[in-house]
Amino acid sequence: MEDKILLAHGSGGKLYRRLVNEVFLPAFQNPVLAKLEDQANLTVPKGNIAFTTDSYVVNPLFFPGGDIGKLAVCGTVNDLAVGGAKPLYLSVGFIIEEGFSLSSLRDIVNSMKKAAEEAGVEIVTGDTKVVEKGLADGLYINTAGIGVTREGINLSSTNAQPGDLILLSGTIGDHGIAVMAAREGLTVMSPVLSDVAPLNGMISDLIDAAPGVRVMRDPTRGGVATTLNELAAASRVSMKIYETEIPVREEVASVCEIFGFDPLYVANEGKILAVVPKDQADDALRALRQHRYGRNAAIIGEVTAGNPGKVYLETAIGGSRVIDMMAGEQLPRIC
Amino acid sequence: MSKRAALRVSGIVQGVGFRPFVYNLAVKLELNGWVKNTARGVFIEIEGEPEKINEFIFCLQNGGPPLARVEKIDISYLPPAGYETFEIQESSGGETSTLVSPDVGTCDDCRAELFDPSDRRYRYPFINCTNCGPRFTIVEKIPYDRKNTTMKEFTLCPECAAEYHDPSNRRFHAQPNACPVCGPKVYLKNARGELIEVKDVWQRVKEELKNGKIVAVKGLGGYHLCCDALNNEAVSALRSRKARWEKPFAVMMRNIETVRRFCELEPVECELLESPRRPIVLLKKRNDVVLPEEIAPRNRRLGVMLPYTPLHYLLMEEFQVLVMTSGNISDEPIAYRDEDALERLKGIADLFLMHDRKIYRRCDDSVALVNQGKEVLIRRSRGYAPEPIKLHLHVPHILACGAEQKNTFCLTKGDNAFISHHIGDLKNLPTLVSFEEGINHFKELFDISPEIVAYDLHPEYLSTKYAHDYPGNVTKIGVQHHHAHVASCLADNRENGPVIGVSFDGTGYGTDGCLWGGEFLLCDYENFQRVAHFAYVPMPSGSKAIEEPWRMAASYLFATYGSEMDKLDISFVRALPGVWPALKQAILQNINAPLTSSCGRLFDAVAALIGIRNTVTYEGQAAVELEQAITPGETVTYPFEIRSGSQWQIDWKPLFRSLVEDIKEGTETGRMAARFHNTVARIILETCLSIRKEYHVDKVALTGGVFQNIYLLNLAVQLLTEHGFRVLTHSRVPPNDGGLSLGQALIAYHKVLKTGKENGPCV
Ligand SMILES: [Fe+3]
Ligand SMILES: [Mg+2]
Ligand SMILES: [Zn+2]
Ligand SMILES: [Zn+2]
Repeated sequence: MEDKILLAHGSGGKLYRRLVNEVFLPAFQNPVLAKLEDQANLTVPKGNIAFTTDSYVVNPLFFPGGDIGKLAVCGTVNDLAVGGAKPLYLSVGFIIEEGFSLSSLRDIVNSMKKAAEEAGVEIVTGDTKVVEKGLADGLYINTAGIGVTREGINLSSTNAQPGDLILLSGTIGDHGIAVMAAREGLTVMSPVLSDVAPLNGMISDLIDAAPGVRVMRDPTRGGVATTLNELAAASRVSMKIYETEIPVREEVASVCEIFGFDPLYVANEGKILAVVPKDQADDALRALRQHRYGRNAAIIGEVTAGNPGKVYLETAIGGSRVIDMMAGEQLPRIC
Repeated sequence: MSKRAALRVSGIVQGVGFRPFVYNLAVKLELNGWVKNTARGVFIEIEGEPEKINEFIFCLQNGGPPLARVEKIDISYLPPAGYETFEIQESSGGETSTLVSPDVGTCDDCRAELFDPSDRRYRYPFINCTNCGPRFTIVEKIPYDRKNTTMKEFTLCPECAAEYHDPSNRRFHAQPNACPVCGPKVYLKNARGELIEVKDVWQRVKEELKNGKIVAVKGLGGYHLCCDALNNEAVSALRSRKARWEKPFAVMMRNIETVRRFCELEPVECELLESPRRPIVLLKKRNDVVLPEEIAPRNRRLGVMLPYTPLHYLLMEEFQVLVMTSGNISDEPIAYRDEDALERLKGIADLFLMHDRKIYRRCDDSVALVNQGKEVLIRRSRGYAPEPIKLHLHVPHILACGAEQKNTFCLTKGDNAFISHHIGDLKNLPTLVSFEEGINHFKELFDISPEIVAYDLHPEYLSTKYAHDYPGNVTKIGVQHHHAHVASCLADNRENGPVIGVSFDGTGYGTDGCLWGGEFLLCDYENFQRVAHFAYVPMPSGSKAIEEPWRMAASYLFATYGSEMDKLDISFVRALPGVWPALKQAILQNINAPLTSSCGRLFDAVAALIGIRNTVTYEGQAAVELEQAITPGETVTYPFEIRSGSQWQIDWKPLFRSLVEDIKEGTETGRMAARFHNTVARIILETCLSIRKEYHVDKVALTGGVFQNIYLLNLAVQLLTEHGFRVLTHSRVPPNDGGLSLGQALIAYHKVLKTGKENGPCV
């Protein structure tokens, strides 16, 4: 087989067959996919079906702590899980630029396989397109996922109530900084690893421990600040978070310091935010901390009354800084 | 033959002893009739001999009680009604056209009573009269009647009530009138919020202050933190507890003689200090008398105010100088509600001196200085707001939301621009809340329902977001920051364009998405053309570069010398922090390194480069210290280049090359500071000359926070004037962002006016 992806790999012909048989099938092996039908025929347990999709265009494709494949699986798994669903099946669509390295593709596919195994999901249908050189940047992936929602829980971004506590499952900014460092070739610091991980196991433990949990979100693009703003607006409440309680790795803090970023706005791919009634917060925190992805979990704030839609940070010296949704990039506001 | 005249008087004519003045005048002139307060002004009918009526009107226009400001008298004549007495009638409501007075410093009469053992108000901290006392900070709504102020909780005792109802008394209708029997009282609490029982509150407070303790004092518009200014340890303790490391503290001095002991004092400064507005005045420290350096480190000036309430007079009784800094932590707004003050200041103050008269509106002290005999406002707040800025044109109801950091908002109506008191940095939640509440309060007080809402173009300003969310059917107009500065200066001077606007500040959002701040705008109220600006430079790490001026210095050097920069044998380069290579990468790869033409950043960079400071602990510190460092008498100027193009660019590379040579030669810091200032003034002149040559405009407005720099301001004015320019500078509003909202309002109005015309019938 060639070591580069050719246009013909996407044509449906012989090369395409070989790609499927030699790369995708061995990795994603499961009976549904193996049938190679035009559609996957799925047995789904009783309950409501959760369904989500996301496209992944990260640059670079490989970064410390992960790659686009792992991201494509975890992102969709996490989107299902934070809604209270048990993720079951994924689809995957590749859009590949002509000339892309086949061995890189194998690496990405293997990484997807590992992530799917860890998450306990099966990749049951897929598609591949190859576009002319220059029409894409290496490779893009779309995944969609199906899960079944757990009974007896009521999660909604409109649910947060004054008095509830806000939990964060670990350090912030790891993914965004890792990817930026890789993309920009920053060499001046100790390496930061992306936190990309499938969180459905941890989330399931959290729900077991705190079945009254109001809402969960994964603070991806726009970071913790953006996600909290969305929740505060949807629930018509304000949220106070404590600067001193928000876990940030020293390496991440120092990169942010150098380049002038606020870690609250930097993306995460392996963290959740959960709003939990006060009396279940300790149990929730314990559950998170017992999980390998939640060891640095913390209660970072509380839901407050008044000033609906506003999120504010109680600073180390006792000030209250408004943490707003960014309209664009972080431009200086000081005149 | 008897005549009858009906008058309507508008202006600041309520709550300032206007009706007793009218009453006494009418009685003196033997005129009959009545006077009445209404929400549309003071209405008067007088009947009697025509000459007496004329004299009456003349006296209204030219006399009046000290705090009154008669703006307009509408007169009509009616057939005589046969009045037999002159009486003061009850107030009535209705639509508003009256103004709310700012708070007024204690008058001489009240102060005399305060220290007169035979007076029934001897040592009573809430003495006031129609000529002085709290106003804006206690007004909940209009008309200005006691029941609409926070004094409504206190019922007048018979004696106070008698004064209140006696037209010949100084306290006739003095709404906050009070005495020890019926009025507010002071009390002490400890840092745990517990009441301290003492016989004499004042004795205890003075003891504590003398022992170096920090006292939170509830004043007129909020809490101050107070300590003995002559006690080094107390001042240091206050600094560290407040997390205010170097920003100067204001002080209150006992009287003008004390001020003279510590500061140089010109007559105009003296007048300003003693005026009813009682701002903090930035005075030159005397060289021979030393106050602890920590009060205003590395600053030749000191912010001084005189007592402005009876409570302050009592507090100052045994002290010459007390530190009186805002009751807050770092940049937070000052505390003004008691519970909030106890909560927020408990880690700072050892003792709380409180009272039970509520403050309805937070209002910071105003800050001013005197330059060449003229008052320059740095912060326009207590004693000034909400007195309107009079416009030279009539405008509809407009709300201008202001900027972000030194926010004020502005509401307009007719020829009045009501610029708010200092709101502060909107990124603090309590500040943002007072911004929103303040707008609602002003709308109600002045009966304004905005048809136009003006805002800054910066997408992240919280004032911009407020404007975007503003409900209802209003026209929303975005205004470029530096254009607004120029319009503010024009309006301050009651002038129209075209004008060459020299708009120099820190950073503001430009129409090209870059951060502007060293702009030459040819403009009027409607449009601007960016004719020239400082050449762009990357601002690596964004706002971090504002906190750490060395980053800007490195960026300018890198732009000037490229990779040769590292070989420069100057201490700035040798001592570059370890993160510089990473920052260089940020510049080269455009990682969070927005371009800026800021003049403020240029000042920062030069300050860092010549060794004044690498980082700042408060906004503008590097530039302030650069100005303070100037060695007077220096005339040398560094070279620069004005590069032509569609917009002229002022190239600072020659400036940096010469500066580096100066550093290598060991030139004294003060000389380099002076040379740099000279250069900026020269840049202003040369650029204006080029613009005049091409566009034939010879009026120049100097505006933006950079022009708080007095050396630069005076030199620029001098150079421009010598070359035949007419130069406008600020006097009624600050040159910094505190004055921005005024400019926004006028620009928005003219833009709407223009589109209105183009689109035909709409207003
Ligand atoms: Fe500005
Ligand atoms: Mg998604
Ligand atoms: Zn008085
Ligand atoms: Zn009384």
